[in-house]
Amino acid sequence: MATHFKIDGLKAAIEGKEILKGINLEIKGGEVHAIMGPNGTGKSTLASALMGHPKYEVTEGHVELDGEALLEMGVDERARAGLFLAMQYPSEITGVTNSDFLRSAINARREEGKEISLIKFIRLMEGKMKELEMNTEFMHRYLNEGFSGGEKKRNEILQMMMLDPKIVVLDEIDSGLDIDALRIVSNGVNAMRSEDRGFLIITHYQRLLNYIKPDFVHVMMQGRIVKSGGPELAERLENEGYDWVKEELGIVDETVGQV
Amino acid sequence: MSTQLTTPVNRQSVSALSQSKGEPAWLEGVRTKGAELAETLEWPTPEKVRISRWNLTAVGSHKAQAAIASVDELPEALRGLAGQSPAGLVVQRNSARVLHQLTPELAAKGVIFTDLETAAREHGDLVQQYLFQAIPQDENKLTALQSAIWSGGIFLYVPKNVEVELPLQALFYSDDAEATFAPRVLLVADSHSSVTYVDNVVSTYGESAQPITKQSIVEVIVKPGAHVRYATVHNMHDNLIDLTIRRAVVENDGRIEWIIGDLHDGHTLSDTQSLLKGNGSTSDAKVISIGSKTQQMSLTTGAVHFGRNTESDMVTRAVMKDGATAIINGITKIEKGATKSNGQQTEKVLMLSPKARGDANPILLIDEDDVKAGHAASVGQVNPEQIYYLMSRGIAKKDAERLIIYGFLAPVVTEIPIEPVREQLQRLLERKLEG
Repeated sequence: MATHFKIDGLKAAIEGKEILKGINLEIKGGEVHAIMGPNGTGKSTLASALMGHPKYEVTEGHVELDGEALLEMGVDERARAGLFLAMQYPSEITGVTNSDFLRSAINARREEGKEISLIKFIRLMEGKMKELEMNTEFMHRYLNEGFSGGEKKRNEILQMMMLDPKIVVLDEIDSGLDIDALRIVSNGVNAMRSEDRGFLIITHYQRLLNYIKPDFVHVMMQGRIVKSGGPELAERLENEGYDWVKEELGIVDETVGQV
Repeated sequence: MSTQLTTPVNRQSVSALSQSKGEPAWLEGVRTKGAELAETLEWPTPEKVRISRWNLTAVGSHKAQAAIASVDELPEALRGLAGQSPAGLVVQRNSARVLHQLTPELAAKGVIFTDLETAAREHGDLVQQYLFQAIPQDENKLTALQSAIWSGGIFLYVPKNVEVELPLQALFYSDDAEATFAPRVLLVADSHSSVTYVDNVVSTYGESAQPITKQSIVEVIVKPGAHVRYATVHNMHDNLIDLTIRRAVVENDGRIEWIIGDLHDGHTLSDTQSLLKGNGSTSDAKVISIGSKTQQMSLTTGAVHFGRNTESDMVTRAVMKDGATAIINGITKIEKGATKSNGQQTEKVLMLSPKARGDANPILLIDEDDVKAGHAASVGQVNPEQIYYLMSRGIAKKDAERLIIYGFLAPVVTEIPIEPVREQLQRLLERKLEG
C-alpha cells in the first residue's frame, strides 16, 4: 500500500499556550513537502507534536499514517509505525554507543529471536556511513557526545537511512551545516526518495531546497499554514522574503506565542 | 537455633581464641590490645550516615572449617569467582582459609601469597613490619575491633623487581551468619615490583539468615616504583553489614589503582584512601555502586597528597533504586609542600526512584598553592529528553531507560583493565538493576 500521511486540524499547546492553531496537510508516498517560515511561527512545534514530545500537548485534531491513528500511539510506537524525525537538537547520551543505540532501534522493529546479526548490522552501518562520508569510528563513539553540529546532523540522517521510515520529518536539518555537509546530507536524503516514502522538510532557508527539490512548499505563520504552492514559492521567498506574504494576508506579527 | 546477635569481644575471649589456634605471642598481644582499645574508642563518623545506629556488634564466633582440595569442591555458584587459572588463589569460608594455591614459579621468585594467619606464623617479621603501617590500630573502634577479631585474610608480598603478570585471586565467602567473617588483607609490593590482586566477597545464605557484621581492613604498601592494581567486588545478602576500610601508602613513583564494585545488598561503609607519601606517586580509584531496597551506603574515596608531583584521580558512579540511600564523599587533600600535584575527582549519582536518596560531596582541602585540583559532582534522574530521543527511534521506554542507566555506568566499567572483573561486575550490575 502506498504511504499516506494526513494531518487534520492539528492543534497543540506547550504549558497551556496554544502554538499550533489547526494544521492541515496531506503527504503521499514519493512527495517532498517543505514547510518554510520565519522563526517562532510553530514549525518545530509541528515536528515535535507529530513525534509526541512529552512537553507538547495535542489539544485537537487527528493524524493518520496509512490508516492508523498516530496520535493515539506512544512515541516509540509512532517510530515503529514508520515516522522518523530528524531533530534540530539531538540529545547526547553518555555511555551508549552509536552502534548499540542503532542496533537496539533496528531490533525494536523485529520480533524476538529475529534480531539483526552483528555482522550484517556492522556491514549495513559501515555502508551507510561511507555514503555520508562519516568516519566509521563514530560507530563506537557515545551517541552524539562531543559531535559537532554537522556531525550530529549527519548522524540523524544516518539513523534515517538505517531505519527505513515511511514518513520523514527533517527539522531544520540544514542549520549549522557548511556547504559540503549540506551537500552530503542532501545526497543522503535524495538517495532515500522513493515512491513509498514521503518527506516533510522544515527550514527557514531556501538554500536547502536547491539540493532537495520539493514538490510542494507551504508557508507557516501564527501556527497555521497560510500559503501553499510549488517550488516557485520557495524561490520567491528567497528573493523577496516573507513581507509580501504578510502584506497579502494582512499579518502584522507572524510569530505565535513563543518567547 | 541459637541466635546470638551480640558477640562479646574482650581481652579474655580474643586471647583464648588466639592461644587455641596456636598463634605467635606477638599476634596474641596485638589482638588483646585491639580488644582493649575497642572498649574506649568510638565508631567512625562518616558524613550524614550514623553507622552507630546499625547493629554493629553481631560479629559472630570463630568457627573452624574443613579444607578443600580444589575449586571443584566449592559450591557451584562460587566456582566461577575463583578466577580462570589465576597465578595464585586463596579461598576463605567464613572465619578460615579452606584453599590455597600458588604457582611454583612465583613461589621460587619469592612471592608470598597466603592467608594472613599463616603468614603471621611463617613470616612473622615481615608481617609485623607492615601491619598497621597504612591504618593504625587505634584509629577508631572499627580498626581496633577488627585487629582483635580478624581471621583468615590475605598476605601478599612481592619482592623487589618481580612483576607478577597474572592476577592473584582471593574469594571470601560467608555461608554461616553465626561465624565471624572478618578478613584482613595486607599487600606489600616491594620496590619496582608490580602485581594485580582481585578479590570477590560474597555470601551464600539461605532465605533468612540472622544479622551479621563483616569487618574488613585492607592495607596496601606500595614501595618506590611499584605498581599495585587492587580490584574488589562485594556482593552479599542484606542481613550482612559490610564495613570495609582500605588504605594504600604509596612511596616515590609508586602507583595504586583501586577498582571497587560495591554491589552489596545490605548497609555498607566503604572507605578507600590513598596516601601519596612519595614524590611522583599516583593513585587512580574507580568505584561502581548500586543501591536497592532500603540499604544505606556511605562510600568514600580519598587521596592525600604529601609528595611533590603526585597525582590522584577518583571516580564514583552510583545508581540508587527503591528507597536506597547513598552518601558519596570524595576527599582530596593536598598537604603543604606537595607542589605540582594534581587531584581530580568526580562523583555522579543517578536516582531511579523518588524515594531513593543520594548525596555527592566533593571535598577539597588544599594547603599548597602550586597545585591543580578539580571536582565534578552530580545527582540526577534519568533525563526525559534522552528517553524521548531514544523512543523516537522506536525503542520502548523500558529499553530506553535501560540503555541510559547502563550508559551512565559504562564509562567507568569499560575502563576496568581486568577483563574477568569487568565481566563479573557487568553480570552483577545486571542482576542488581533488573532484580
